[in-house]
Amino acid sequence: MTPKRRRLWLLIGSLGTLAVAAALVLSALNDNLVFFYSPTQVAEKSPGPDRRFRLGGLVEAGSVQKEGQVVRFVVTDTHKTMAVVYRGMLPDLFREGQGVIAEGALGGDGVFVAREVLAKHDENYMPPEVAKALKEAGRWKEGK
Amino acid sequence: MADLHFLANPARFRRFSQRVLPGLGFATVLMLCACLYMAFFVAPADYQQGQTVRIMFLHVPSAWLSMMGYALLAGLGASLLVWRHPLAALMARAAAPVGASFAAVCLLTGSLWGRPMWGTYWVWDARLTSMLLLFFLYLGHIALSRAYDEPERGDRAAAILALIGVINLPIIKFSVDWWNTLHQPASVTRLDAPAIHNSILVPLLWMAVSLLFLFVFLVLLRTETEIDRRRLENAAAQEEGAPA
Repeated sequence: MTPKRRRLWLLIGSLGTLAVAAALVLSALNDNLVFFYSPTQVAEKSPGPDRRFRLGGLVEAGSVQKEGQVVRFVVTDTHKTMAVVYRGMLPDLFREGQGVIAEGALGGDGVFVAREVLAKHDENYMPPEVAKALKEAGRWKEGK
Repeated sequence: MADLHFLANPARFRRFSQRVLPGLGFATVLMLCACLYMAFFVAPADYQQGQTVRIMFLHVPSAWLSMMGYALLAGLGASLLVWRHPLAALMARAAAPVGASFAAVCLLTGSLWGRPMWGTYWVWDARLTSMLLLFFLYLGHIALSRAYDEPERGDRAAAILALIGVINLPIIKFSVDWWNTLHQPASVTRLDAPAIHNSILVPLLWMAVSLLFLFVFLVLLRTETEIDRRRLENAAAQEEGAPA
């Protein structure tokens, strides 16, 4: 074996080991690497009150109620839902049917009290005319 | 691969780069002007984001190029450590600051987009954090390669760092699929059709091509400078070492 060969195999071997180590660490930390929990995951884990976490999902259509500064809405992942109450400014993209991530904790009554609400943008980009045409043709968000 | 081997010799590389650089620079300026015009004036606004979508024309190609640049650093690191190519170390020194700049542009433009769209400049989700780590890996590479009195030792240490950091590239790419993140999933590089309408996708891809030209131009130019610098340093050392 020439020195070049030996160095090449050493390099391949150490990179392979490193990749396996990284994969093990990342899968062990999987629970901490997720940015938010869906309502279904929250229902499974049932975190106690005062345990802060992020709740993510879609704003259920027709669920948004505004009373002055206080906003109430329902977050859904199409399986389970969770009621949210929030006091403060909402991001521009916040609307019904839109993905949101709320940070806060469960109140005593099972309602999620949010301290911060972020809008989640999806991966679809198109001009307004195309969006309008798709909606009119009834092909909006098909296959999802 | 064998055809490119002639470029591993710094003197031959220098002759090659001097031939292509003027034309490449001219093409880069032309393409950038045309593509920036397309991105800012021809491409339509988005149905949800409005004009803010134009930030993507800089943000997305910068992200791609910063990742490509790091893959280049790792490849150069391997060719330095395994085959001891004399040009690899010089080109890695030239490429690292260029890649770091693209990573910085990606982070800054992303942050400026995030404020109006998400409602925050920054969150610690998997995509954003792994991208920030890429920027720090670049900074570490730059610092490490210049940390020794003998440049060869710095080159080798930086090459090892580049190879270790390459693990981060698939993590950046797949972070949005493996974990739920605030950052949206891939729109262009996915198995089915892109989720971007052609009127926005075409300017985006052209922007990526012209910034790739800019990247290659800057790396070739800086590599040439590194070759000259190394020659001058060697000449100065010989003069000092051979007194009358």
